[in-house]
Amino acid sequence: MDFELSDEQTLLKDSVERFVKDNYSPESRAKLADTELGFSKDHWKKMAELGWLGLPFSEDVGGFGGTAVETAIMMENMGSGLVLEPFLSTVVMGGGLVAEAGSQSQIEAIIPEVIEGNMMLAFAYAEPQSRFDLNDVETSATKSGDGYVLNGHKSVVYHAATADKIIVSARTGGGSRDEDGISLFVVDNDTSGLSRRDYRTIDGQRASDIKLDDVKVGSDALLGKEGGALPAIKNVVDRTIAALCAEAVGAMRTANNITNEYIKERKQFGTPIGKFQVLQHRMVDMYMEAEQSKSMSDMLAMKLELDDEGERRKAVSAAKAQIGQASKFIGEQSIQLHGGMGMTDEYSIGHYFKRLTTIEMLFGNTDYHFKQYAALAS
Amino acid sequence: MDLSFSKEDLAFRDEVREFLATSLPADVKDRCDRGLHPTKEGQVRWQKILNEKGWMAPNWPKEYGGTGWTITQKYIAAHEFGHAAAPIALPFGVSMVGPVIYTFGNQEQKDKYLPRILNSDDWWCQGYSEPGSGSDLASLQTKAVRDGDHYVVNGQKIWTSFAQNADMIFCLVRTDSTAKQQEGISFLLIDMKTPGITVKPIIGLDKEHSLNEVFFDDVRVPVENRIGEENKGWTYAKFLLGNERTGIARVARSKRQVERLREIASLERSGGRALAEDQDFINKLTRIEVDLMSLEYTELRYLSMIANGKELTAEPSLLKIKGTEIQQRLTSLLVESLGIYGAPYEAERAYAGRNEAPVGPDYAHGPMAEHLYLRAATIYGGSNEIQRNIVSKMVLGL
Repeated sequence: MDFELSDEQTLLKDSVERFVKDNYSPESRAKLADTELGFSKDHWKKMAELGWLGLPFSEDVGGFGGTAVETAIMMENMGSGLVLEPFLSTVVMGGGLVAEAGSQSQIEAIIPEVIEGNMMLAFAYAEPQSRFDLNDVETSATKSGDGYVLNGHKSVVYHAATADKIIVSARTGGGSRDEDGISLFVVDNDTSGLSRRDYRTIDGQRASDIKLDDVKVGSDALLGKEGGALPAIKNVVDRTIAALCAEAVGAMRTANNITNEYIKERKQFGTPIGKFQVLQHRMVDMYMEAEQSKSMSDMLAMKLELDDEGERRKAVSAAKAQIGQASKFIGEQSIQLHGGMGMTDEYSIGHYFKRLTTIEMLFGNTDYHFKQYAALAS
Repeated sequence: MDLSFSKEDLAFRDEVREFLATSLPADVKDRCDRGLHPTKEGQVRWQKILNEKGWMAPNWPKEYGGTGWTITQKYIAAHEFGHAAAPIALPFGVSMVGPVIYTFGNQEQKDKYLPRILNSDDWWCQGYSEPGSGSDLASLQTKAVRDGDHYVVNGQKIWTSFAQNADMIFCLVRTDSTAKQQEGISFLLIDMKTPGITVKPIIGLDKEHSLNEVFFDDVRVPVENRIGEENKGWTYAKFLLGNERTGIARVARSKRQVERLREIASLERSGGRALAEDQDFINKLTRIEVDLMSLEYTELRYLSMIANGKELTAEPSLLKIKGTEIQQRLTSLLVESLGIYGAPYEAERAYAGRNEAPVGPDYAHGPMAEHLYLRAATIYGGSNEIQRNIVSKMVLGL
């Protein structure tokens, strides 16, 4: 049992830290978030050059064969700077699904392109009625000739506008909440019948609602076994949750640092407000939440590599619930301790609050994961 | 980073399980599981069994009789002890004064006291708090005046747990009233049989006798019983408190409490069904369980940092705060799980002579006693508010 980083992992951490320091001052991030794209293609190229986009993929397709631990190291340090590039959508989710469920030819066609930085991906799993249930899929895929026709509505698909290919979950059989009968399709973004409503999310990122209206795809678009995609989806979502947890840990740590510095400097009644015990104890509670979140994030990254599925699923829900709770608490209290300054768009703390707010809701909020955990533990 | 257990670790786990299955006396286990105070006889009997196995002091250096376990082995042992409701050794000797003696004591003191601690020949108690010195410990007034080869001690200690059982007390005393508060304190080891010592019981809100006042009236203590240097006692006292905070999380015991709650909830009824199917109850239990997991992995992460040579400052305070909060939430929910059978309660002292079982279902005997007693958990060892002050100063620099 060991929580320490290896030398290689330390190098990775240092390199991500440097990237964030060089490219993600609050001012640069605000500017970038306000561009049409919402992130930087130059940064993306840089990430490819550094090998980061190949981090979790196996060596035989040109990746680095990293585990969830390496992804967590990367996400935690990107979270510190609220990095905007679609690493999670393209590498962890999109690439993860292809690597997990794809055929050899699909893997060979997509993964090396992702690693090179030439192809971006997005994952369309949610629907207006599904809330957090991955098995609640009403989008249909009907067999037609040697392909399929897709119809339905996919909700809040992060980074869909910039994705070359969108991976869509759709039902090829069964009732709308059945575990069986769900399939995955790789759909080119410009396929006719696919329409997007693109918008900004509160965390400075981009997402889209997608309508699929008689979208025709070939049989080669099917990713994995027809009707049997849910296990692969769950595995990749587990990895995505671990990555989000790590991102939240980085964001919480920085939000706490910013707030701690602020209350040391801000004076009222002739003294720094950080001298008031009521604020000190609040800050300690925020620190303790962040410390425990770090432990849970590390624990989850390590447990994802273990074989025991029950243990793994409990770890996922426990970590997401704890970190969701902590994210809300730290985000909200950071604003409170900043007083009026916390209310401005210009000051950085509000942006941490907003990203922490979305992380809490993505892939199951705190209540959802407490329920999942309770069901697994009983 | 790695959470897996090696083959050796798994073999060690089997060894611990086997030992507990064959060596833990049933009466000791029963009291521990219910959350009742150990009897002196039972606790000493169990600690002697532990010592015979060589497992009395997992945290001591090997040269003084420690086990030499890795952090993984310590984790496994703690987990198995908790699950089996095996009492851990009382902290006063092995966790508190023992490390002070082997770190700051001289050779004679080490030779004299350490083996007796390991074999539970002396029952130790802690002479820190005074009526006027709780959180502000350094303001203590008990005086020790040098008279030849002796100190003459006068004053009073309070909240002294199990002093009625004790053979020895380690005491903070003032040896210089003119110096700054922290600089006039010495650390003395005092034989409880010394003339002039009076122990007076304080009956707790659990109606039990675990707390005491200890009075010192011209008590003559040999100078050789002083640890380290005169007037340097505060350093040793702080060292002891720092050690106390790491063990205080009691994660393994709390994990056992979660199991008990599930056992009781499967037997109790609510709305015509098992309490275990009551969503409000399950919701509360789940939230505690997840918080406990966060605490467990935070403790492991800190232990891993220590094992890798990193210095911690006030991080263990977090373990104390969160650990005791969780202990209290668990006993509170245990009492809640009993429904109305939480109300009948008599101290064991009261029905000691009677030939009848406590009122209510068997599992109702224990939770209220522990719930009442453990209100102290967020007060002792430096109250949780003091712990927050420490973190604020030492870690956050506020």
